[in-house]
Amino acid sequence: MSADTSTMDSTERTRALLTTAEPRRRRVDRAMTVLIWGAFALAMVPLVSLLWTVLFNGAGRISLEFLSYSMRGIFGGDPSGGIYHAVTGTLIITGWAALVSVPIGILVAIYLVEYGRGALARSVTFFVDVMTGIPSIVAGLFAVSLFTIFFGPGARFGFMGAVALSVLMIPVVVRSCEEMLKLVPNELREASYALGVPKWLTIVRVVLRTSVAGLTTGVLLAVARVIGETAPLLVAVGVTDSINFDAFDGRMMTLPVFIYRQYAQGLATCREGQEGCVADIALQNAWGAALTLIAIVMILNIAGRLVNRWFAPKLR
Amino acid sequence: MTTTDSPPAPAAPVRRRRSSGDTERGFSRTFRWIATGSGALILATLAAVALFLIVRAWPAMTASSAELADAVPRYPDDTSFLAYVGPLVFGTLLAAVLALLMATPVAMGIALFISHYAPRRLAQVLGYLVDLLAAIPSVVYGLWGIAVLAPAVGPVWLWLNEYLGWFPLFAGGASPTARVLATVSVVLAVMILPIITAVSREVFLQTPKLHEEAALALGATRWEMVRTAVLPFGQSGVISAAMLGLGRALGETMAVLMILSPGFLYSFNILQAAQQQTIAAYIALDFPEASGLAVNALIATGLALFVITLAVNMAARAIVARRKEFSGAN
Amino acid sequence: MAQRIDVTDVNIYYGDFRAVEGVSMTVDPKSVTAFIGPSGCGKSTFLRTLNRMHEVIPGAYVEGKVELEGVDLYGDDVDPVAVRRNIGMVFQRPNPFPTMSIKDNVLAGVKLNNRKISKSDADDLVESSLRGANLWNEVKDRLDRPGSGLSGGQQQRLCIARAIAVKPQVVLMDEPCSALDPISTLAIEDLIQELKKDYTIVIVTHNMQQAARVSDRTAFFNIAGTGKPGRLIEMNDTATIFSSPAEKATEDYVSGRFG
Ligand SMILES: Nc1ncnc2c1ncn2[C@@H]1O[C@H](COP(=O)(O)OP(=O)(O)OP(=O)(O)O)[C@@H](O)[C@H]1O
Ligand SMILES: [Mg+2]
Repeated sequence: MSADTSTMDSTERTRALLTTAEPRRRRVDRAMTVLIWGAFALAMVPLVSLLWTVLFNGAGRISLEFLSYSMRGIFGGDPSGGIYHAVTGTLIITGWAALVSVPIGILVAIYLVEYGRGALARSVTFFVDVMTGIPSIVAGLFAVSLFTIFFGPGARFGFMGAVALSVLMIPVVVRSCEEMLKLVPNELREASYALGVPKWLTIVRVVLRTSVAGLTTGVLLAVARVIGETAPLLVAVGVTDSINFDAFDGRMMTLPVFIYRQYAQGLATCREGQEGCVADIALQNAWGAALTLIAIVMILNIAGRLVNRWFAPKLR
Repeated sequence: MTTTDSPPAPAAPVRRRRSSGDTERGFSRTFRWIATGSGALILATLAAVALFLIVRAWPAMTASSAELADAVPRYPDDTSFLAYVGPLVFGTLLAAVLALLMATPVAMGIALFISHYAPRRLAQVLGYLVDLLAAIPSVVYGLWGIAVLAPAVGPVWLWLNEYLGWFPLFAGGASPTARVLATVSVVLAVMILPIITAVSREVFLQTPKLHEEAALALGATRWEMVRTAVLPFGQSGVISAAMLGLGRALGETMAVLMILSPGFLYSFNILQAAQQQTIAAYIALDFPEASGLAVNALIATGLALFVITLAVNMAARAIVARRKEFSGAN
Repeated sequence: MAQRIDVTDVNIYYGDFRAVEGVSMTVDPKSVTAFIGPSGCGKSTFLRTLNRMHEVIPGAYVEGKVELEGVDLYGDDVDPVAVRRNIGMVFQRPNPFPTMSIKDNVLAGVKLNNRKISKSDADDLVESSLRGANLWNEVKDRLDRPGSGLSGGQQQRLCIARAIAVKPQVVLMDEPCSALDPISTLAIEDLIQELKKDYTIVIVTHNMQQAARVSDRTAFFNIAGTGKPGRLIEMNDTATIFSSPAEKATEDYVSGRFG
């Protein structure tokens, strides 16, 4: 290349063009990049702080005794007793809620994917979405309104809470199961029809069988979603300090409500030098129960994701 | 699928449209009815929720103010039912709107981070981390709000009140314990971050590559590309995401119940204690001890909450539905 | 002001996959250079390395030297944003911004660079760019309507107007006519002849006649087989490529006896 002056000139001019650091635009771009990374970092602050706080405050209280005793007959600053009644209550009520919601939810999902056409399907889709936004306390009020009409104004029992949770859980189950059923390729259905298998059997044997891992994931995530609900259980199930396995008779304690009640109890009054009296025992109980609850929720979440990763057939 | 549409041939005999119902025999037909019935059950459930709430709220809505003042604790004398619900509705909206104002910009940042800024391999995992925020039970948020957040923000509120007290929201003195609406709104903002993020992320990811590349090829920086191609495309999606978040914040109970020191005023002083209360927290606080007409009154406030959230959610979903088919939003 | 491009020993990668290897060529200023070759041989990939659009794909990178008037585009002190501003690009499918009016589409690139353009300057620029893209007469009455309301050919010319509104040195076009009808195609070909007076133009095309009609020089790319990298086989004056190419593969391809 000849190095005469005009070439040099145009090279320099081009270099100037291509390196124009337009400082304002670059600065704006940098600033926005920092802000956007910052937004993410900001969201991690409460997550980390919360998990650490719960672990730090709750770990000390967790023991075999704490997990295997109820609060029956425990008063004031007495550091014995535990959350057994609340854990069983939570499992029983959530179990009933799942028992109600899962079949309905899966059937609705089947309806939407396999049969749904026209106005009914459209409105079902729409209102399932709207239902995901029902406030949990309203679901609790609904259960109370429904059952007190039949059982009198004082009625409070586990199944009422299960119904309230179902109102919250069904739309979640429908949504995730619908996604899973949609993933089943049409060729599989058609292959089954071609063998002369009737539609319902195709759905049960082919569609559900193929997507069972995904459905399990959806159900587990839905359970994780409602197992921490407090407000509907507070109004519909009430509280108790004792163990109750019967969802159809009497009040029941649940973990989230237990956390709230212990927190609301505040400090116990201990006389000076009193043996076996821990002033902030209620708060410790609350943190211990919170750690237990978060552990359950996280296990459900992780199990849900792993089930899908490990057992889902490779469809694509 | 199973209907056979043929091009209208002239003078062809009227074709019998075969709907799939005709070809189903035996249990298949029953199964179709079971599935369809379940679908209808959804609509019935929603209707039942509305119906039972109305039935149980009715006595309170029709009772005289004297009766109500007798039965309901904290019922102001000589006021109509609306005047009783009014401050609660106000408090609920104020807390939720403040939470929304804080959460939406951050959520959009996170959504952009995951869709356009984060390293590809990490993006999904980082998305899970944000979703974890949604998995934490609200009662635990309440505990954390009291134990960690309130002490942390207390000095900030005092500072705001002292130096920016001329601004209406920060007026009226700040509570040193920070059990105030401002703290509640921060917690609510954290709680609704995941849903706003999830929905916005989905729309941002749908931005056509074509438009992004068009912007880049014009010499746009990454942020300018986001501004010219991604944000205009995602606008309506972000709006509906924010409304979904608003719906969540309106109905949130436990965090408010545990943190807020309640009052029943139309007050904008969010740093001051004993000013506002939200419907959900009010119900949760009083319901366990209520009886008689008080129960009806509480259910009536619940009905007000139901109507508000229903309207917000329906509007949000209608916007989402108007943008094409679009999933993953719950 | 149009400028020359010198490419030396360029290898182009998508992650581990080497899509194009060993390309060296010179693109003359104020001329039209056509890239032809079978599908998948890396024409688009190569074209996108000329304005650093390749690297916006995650994992994609380039080895070698691409010089604009002696300045290495991949040099350390070079800003990719400035490169793309000076080397404009028109895509295979017309892609006006759907949320913007015709006018705003034309101004989109300018507004990025210069926020405070006066109204009259903006109007002048819109008119001159649209005239430059032979679109002015068709849209002058509806400048405030959305750009997506135009026909495909008009949209493509709008994209060209948008590209030349920022006054680039070079305009790259990736199969700009493949989504268009013959009449729109002719309109764009005429436009290319016009633009050549001011800009250096590189165009990718699958249409031999088009390459023969519009270009001054033609580069033929080929690929040995799927999964192999594409290579530049031959580059010469268009007349030579189509009448007496040096390589057998080129002759087969341009005469339609390919494969
Ligand atoms: N985003 C991408 N990621 C990975 N590989 C890609 C990507 N885009 C293109 N390729 C590969 O690079 C090679 C060259 O592709 P390119 O699009 O450049 O071909 P082309 O010559 O433009 O083809 P066509 O004439 O069909 O447009 C092909 O093997 C293609 O599969
Ligand atoms: Mg191509």
